[in-house]
Amino acid sequence: MSNIPLINARDLSVHYPLSGGLIGPKPVVKAVEGVNVDIVKGSFFGLVGESGSGKTTLGRALLRAAPITRGTINYNDGDVEYDLHEVKDAALKDYRTRAQLIFQDPYAALSPRMTVRDIIAEPLEVMGLTKSRAETDERVREIAEKCRLNLEHLRRFPHAFSGGQRQRISIARALVSRPQFVVADESVAALDVSIQADVLNLLKDIQQEMGLTFLFISHDLSVVAHVCDHVAVMYLGRLVETAPTRDLFFNPRHPYTRALLSAIPSLDPDDRGKAQKLEGEIPSPTNPPPGCKFQTRCPNAIDICRRDEPKLEETGKEHNVACHRWKELAEQLEKVGA
Amino acid sequence: MTRLLDVENLTLQFDTDEGRITAVDNVSFTLDAGEVMGLVGESGSGKSVTAKSLMKLNASNAVYTPETKITLHLESGPVDIMSLRTSKEMQIVRGAAISMIFQEPMASFAPAISIGDQMVEQLMIHTDMTGKRAKEVSIEMLARVGISDASTRFKQFAFELSGGMRQRAMIAMALSTKPKLLIADEPTTALDVTIQAQVIDLMKDLVDEFGMGIVFITHDLGVIAQTADSVAVMYLGRLVEQGSVRDVIRKPAHPYTRGLLDALPDLDDLESPLTPVAGDIPSPLERPPGCVFNTRCPVNIGETCSTKVPEFSAVTQKHHVACHLRAQEQEAKK
Repeated sequence: MSNIPLINARDLSVHYPLSGGLIGPKPVVKAVEGVNVDIVKGSFFGLVGESGSGKTTLGRALLRAAPITRGTINYNDGDVEYDLHEVKDAALKDYRTRAQLIFQDPYAALSPRMTVRDIIAEPLEVMGLTKSRAETDERVREIAEKCRLNLEHLRRFPHAFSGGQRQRISIARALVSRPQFVVADESVAALDVSIQADVLNLLKDIQQEMGLTFLFISHDLSVVAHVCDHVAVMYLGRLVETAPTRDLFFNPRHPYTRALLSAIPSLDPDDRGKAQKLEGEIPSPTNPPPGCKFQTRCPNAIDICRRDEPKLEETGKEHNVACHRWKELAEQLEKVGA
Repeated sequence: MTRLLDVENLTLQFDTDEGRITAVDNVSFTLDAGEVMGLVGESGSGKSVTAKSLMKLNASNAVYTPETKITLHLESGPVDIMSLRTSKEMQIVRGAAISMIFQEPMASFAPAISIGDQMVEQLMIHTDMTGKRAKEVSIEMLARVGISDASTRFKQFAFELSGGMRQRAMIAMALSTKPKLLIADEPTTALDVTIQAQVIDLMKDLVDEFGMGIVFITHDLGVIAQTADSVAVMYLGRLVEQGSVRDVIRKPAHPYTRGLLDALPDLDDLESPLTPVAGDIPSPLERPPGCVFNTRCPVNIGETCSTKVPEFSAVTQKHHVACHLRAQEQEAKK
């Protein structure tokens, strides 16, 4: 794994205008605000947060599927280099073959009127990547095999398949154009645990085999812990903590990350009531609180948190946190631990 | 503890174009007042239809076999649910003695009627409260489940509430008639972990306060570990294991239960790869003969498994499992 970022985003913001507001400036929803992120080539990068935190919008922005309001995104896969904010026409089309999305719901993402073969072949045909039908068939068979699909099933329609098989079809469709960068948006959330493990193992194997870079969006931290090598935690459009996976899970520094980890239901029935509970809900992005966006729910908030918004700062090797009090809190925790 | 519910030999089939499908096959369990029973299994295992059978809420093509017996023990005497025919008769249980919380709270509230009007409506049907009193009770209940500014929320519509808020309102509505039995079908699956933790806490408090029995359906064993007293594991319409939450989670006796537990990502061990339960759940049209799990079972002992339906055998007094291997081992011990 080299250390050149495949995706390098600086001050990336996605704002959506709201209706109304005849007088004064038009109100906007800041779905993503001032995000700096590097995704190293060949990494399995996790993005976690609650619904409404902006993780899907960030994923879409990196695919150039959401309007970018401000900031830069550099894409560099060694072959080509694009400034994704500016890219258009032929270059944008080329980027579309290099970046793909795997959807959440395998029941909604596959057309019920197309055979599995046609579903997987469609991206090749639309993007004009193959010259003949024989070549298309060859590419479809090759990727279907990689995704552990039974080749005899290619003539069937999606309704004949279970959730896990459908998700493998979606994965094959996303990978058939041989992309470099794949965004998997809650790709296992709709699956049963028994099948979820199978799809995760498949993603991981394919990533290593094809040297892909994944952005894995999920609300399930235990899944992220298992497949990702880096994790970024999002809250109300901002990144609040980014770190290598082990570091984040064993040494979380942002109070929000700690709360998220503590909310995972433990498998031990004797742990009942031990979890540290987070009160309230994520505020509406149309009316975010001043200062630190997490201050309304943070058990450690003080005056400065209600006034100034903390910047994402480096607190250790690759471990970045946006919290005014992270150092103080870490020391407190150490004392309690010792 | 007083017995609240007896389910005996529940077998439920659906008449479809492709033939008669067995959705629930000879399921029996009991529930006491104040007990939370977790019903676990993957999609297609029949857990939701089992729960809906308790109120006869299944679609009109549902056929219950004559051996099926569901008895709800109320203060006024036992109610034989299978004998209830008309919707008038069903009113005793639907929404009154039994309430249900559905998975998707957005789809379960009528979108064009305010939350408050929906709460009042059911109170007017099931109790002899006046409209004014029903409104008071509803607002009280909304406040009780942690909804701030309840009298404002009372007038709002489902789309104006956030996901967590909606699920709380759903719980408030289900509990306002003071049911004896609450069926919660994946009540936290659509919620974020932080909100899920809040809702689980709330439900535990309410059980303590109202003393009702809960059938808690979920596929998340972590949620079960944190809420349930007892657990029943279902696979393809059959119960395969039953016992206290500690027994089933710490000493799973059925290979399927073990598989489900092993498939969970373990936060204490990030290095080892995840282990899926091999294969897919068969279509209910192609139910395997013998033990329903034999096509995916890692410890399949051959012919017995694929021809004979395993009986329940006791692991301990209150922990039962339907597995031939287990029965064989116990036989050998004797």
